[in-house]
Amino acid sequence: MNSTAETITATGIPSGKIGVWWFLASEITVFGGFIASYIVVRLGSSGWSEAAAHLNFSLALVNTFVLLTSSLTMVLAFAAVEGGNRKRLRTYLWLTILLGLTFLAIKAFEYGGEIAAGFTPGAGIFWSFYYGMTGLHALHVLGGVVVNLILLFATLRGLLKPNEHRVELAGLYWHFVDIVWIFLFPLLYLT
Amino acid sequence: MLNWFPENISTFGGEIDSLFYLILYITGAWFIATEGLIVFFLIRFRRRQGSKAAYLPGETLRQASWILVPCVVVLVLDLWIDFRGAAVWAKVKGGMPPSDLRIQVTAKQFNWEIVYPGPDGKLGTADDLLMENELHVPAGKVVHVVLKSKDVIHSFFLPNLRLKQDIVPGREIEAWFEATKPGKYEIPCAELCGFGHSGMNGWLHVHTADDYAKWVREQWPSEK
Amino acid sequence: MSEKLGFWRTYLFSTDHKTIAKQYFTLGLLWAIVGGLTAYLMRWQLAFPDTEVPGWGFIAPDFYNMLVTMHGTILVFFVAMPILLATFGNFLIPLMIGARDMAFPRLNMLSFWVFALASLVLLISFFVPGGAASAGWTGYPPLSAKADYTGVGWGINLWILALALEFISFLMGGINFLTTTINLRAPGMTFFRLPLIIWMQITAAVLFMLSVGPLIAGAVMLLMDRTLGTTFYLPEGGGEPLLWQHLFWFFGHPEVYVILLPGLGMVLETMPAFSRKPIFGYRPIIYSTIAAGILSFIVWAHHQFISGMDPRLAMPFSITTIIISVPFALIVFAMIATLWRASIHFSTPMLFALGTLSVFILGGLTGIFNGSAPIDIYIHDTYFVVAHFHYTLFSATFFAGFAGITYWFPKMFGRMMNETLGKIHFWLTFIFFNATFIPMHFVGLGGMMRRIANPMEYEFLKSLQPVNEFITVCAILLLISQIPFVVNFLWSMIRGSVAERNPWQANTLEWSAPSPPPHGNFETIPVVYRSPYEYSSPEATEDWLPQDRPLTPSAAARQ
Repeated sequence: MNSTAETITATGIPSGKIGVWWFLASEITVFGGFIASYIVVRLGSSGWSEAAAHLNFSLALVNTFVLLTSSLTMVLAFAAVEGGNRKRLRTYLWLTILLGLTFLAIKAFEYGGEIAAGFTPGAGIFWSFYYGMTGLHALHVLGGVVVNLILLFATLRGLLKPNEHRVELAGLYWHFVDIVWIFLFPLLYLT
Repeated sequence: MLNWFPENISTFGGEIDSLFYLILYITGAWFIATEGLIVFFLIRFRRRQGSKAAYLPGETLRQASWILVPCVVVLVLDLWIDFRGAAVWAKVKGGMPPSDLRIQVTAKQFNWEIVYPGPDGKLGTADDLLMENELHVPAGKVVHVVLKSKDVIHSFFLPNLRLKQDIVPGREIEAWFEATKPGKYEIPCAELCGFGHSGMNGWLHVHTADDYAKWVREQWPSEK
Repeated sequence: MSEKLGFWRTYLFSTDHKTIAKQYFTLGLLWAIVGGLTAYLMRWQLAFPDTEVPGWGFIAPDFYNMLVTMHGTILVFFVAMPILLATFGNFLIPLMIGARDMAFPRLNMLSFWVFALASLVLLISFFVPGGAASAGWTGYPPLSAKADYTGVGWGINLWILALALEFISFLMGGINFLTTTINLRAPGMTFFRLPLIIWMQITAAVLFMLSVGPLIAGAVMLLMDRTLGTTFYLPEGGGEPLLWQHLFWFFGHPEVYVILLPGLGMVLETMPAFSRKPIFGYRPIIYSTIAAGILSFIVWAHHQFISGMDPRLAMPFSITTIIISVPFALIVFAMIATLWRASIHFSTPMLFALGTLSVFILGGLTGIFNGSAPIDIYIHDTYFVVAHFHYTLFSATFFAGFAGITYWFPKMFGRMMNETLGKIHFWLTFIFFNATFIPMHFVGLGGMMRRIANPMEYEFLKSLQPVNEFITVCAILLLISQIPFVVNFLWSMIRGSVAERNPWQANTLEWSAPSPPPHGNFETIPVVYRSPYEYSSPEATEDWLPQDRPLTPSAAARQ
């Protein structure tokens, strides 16, 4: 890292952590804006529940468990860093990445089924929001997978120091993406 | 009073104009006071030989009150403007005085399609009459206008009536006015609506009661 | 720190905040030239409709719409933001808080290059088939949501993409600004010893970061409508056109302050230095700034009084809008009070600071008209609004920008600018700015709509045409008036007299670094003993007292 970035901080909190929190704050407003738009437009018109009934609830439920489990493995990865156990760190990063990819694969399968049934993004306003919100969320999951892959390569090449706070920062982001899904799931599937 | 606006021919236009002048006097006074003070200070306190600036951080309440008290005055004047504004808004947009004349204006790129209800007074019946860009109304009578759009957002602007209302596709928005003076006035579109936005224009014909009756007879000759 | 970096790392892929600031400035100035050109073309067309523009040719109505769209987009997102926020924020934050660089220097470099990419995308959009975006800088759907309505295909897609990249760039920049200010302050630099421009910059960063999110979501929806066939904004598919307006203006009003606050910050730095007097009411100004920032989140629907939203919503928004004048009034009063019993030196930066103040007052006052819902019925979408926002944004971007650049030029480039050319530039700009935009208010009150290519198509506007011609002549002269600045800027960079460390005898920390500061800024990290505006303090014998000068040896020892 650049030497200037590692100087003693005025607050005692690592700069990276402050940066990630600010980043998440603005991310909240992105999804907050999307979700608020969904609620407002939905309240102003009808026919949404009928469209939502065509969604594959059981697959989405499985996906919710996949994502929740990945949050758990991410926490365990962080615990491994804290404990200085590089091998366990690798294992849990791998698991998190695999679970993230599983989530994306199931999501893609879901999209495929819906498009085959004629529910394309242009099939109506519910479908616009469905594809918009879950698509943006999926892109965030993909981003998280890439971040975790970078960390995994860093551990494989021995670049990751014990006590490395980058895993914690990646974890903050990963949990955020998870929480977004916790909002999207009931809003889209359970209404 | 300078005549900046186009001639007002609406029953509520005068109230909008007088609210404008109220704000103009208040802000005008502030403009003169602040800019005058700046110019005065610039001349009076320019750098001169041997002069030293005062040390006035303005942090104590006593000092800061020099800027806090004027702010309270600003707040009071703001609220005055708000209350006057609320009254005018309630009259223009709050509700609509009843009327039996309802005309539908459908905007499209780049024309106004104006549909008259005809003698039965109802829109959507066989005796409706469609005219492009020509809006005929009687003076001294409340007119309701149903605003619809076929494509993008347009804005129905009647400068002389101090009326402007955006037209949103997918919605029916109703506006009203009462013209006071017969004549011919323009209806420009005030919202960017595509390459033909400039020049999207219609005509408002305000008739006297007799002229209007005559116009109605010409349009629907079979009716009595 | 002492390692020698090659050409690429020094000038292009630099992580030095000062170099990055200059990169933003260069790109911002280049875009300003394009923005000026669009203004010239539009003004000519408005004054002499359908005649050949000298040096260009005829302007078709759809090309005029593109000019309108690009002028707004470029000036707001590609001139005002990179210059006011990115240039001055990057240059000043580490120097003024006593840090060696930003908290994340490589992220900072990335921010710039994402911005450069956004610029490239916007530039490319001019040359794609169908032309550049032409749905207004506000891009209201359905006009912007379907290619059929404008005839513009990829132009608008690239326009959305360029804006999205620009937002990402400034999000990363904002994270850097905030983290740096929170974490890298020098010893003794408490939050209430920060120079006001730093307060303005970080407030602007917070406003941007918390307001842009919904618009990013909105932009995703718009792009999906255009490319994937969704119907977020298309009523025929159950969509809601007004949704975009809410998302856009929820961002749009804080965005105005994202531009305005750094501009006011430059005035607040320049004014005490050339008045030799502390800024009047340091803390009240900070509290006002925060109050205005919070209020800016609940005023957005004042852009939509007549948009078709529920008319009952208008008055609450009208009230919050008009009340936002109170915190800004306080800042203006504080500036005026700073001049009282001062010792005013009319240098070029001071002239521009005073120009900003006097112009901004008028822009603020005309805002009261716009904020009043009933008045807005008539003046909405007229040139009165255009005149209003040029008074506020031109004052912040150009008057304050010139105040900033002439004030910190010695620190940026190690040389002094020419005062005579600077004063000529100021007076020409000040005169022709007012000559251009004061008449524009009256054209607007006469009813002239924004974004029409030819006022002569309307009977009721024909009598205003001489005024339009006068505005155009003055606008062209205003553009020509920028030549002395360009000459002065380029000439001084090479030939200006060498600047000392602290040519203005100012108090803030950047002046205790060498001119220009080397990579790493300070020989030793300064220690801060006091607030930033201790001019003419009774404690000192001179009329200035830098933040990092210990008054007694024991005070220095304690730190």
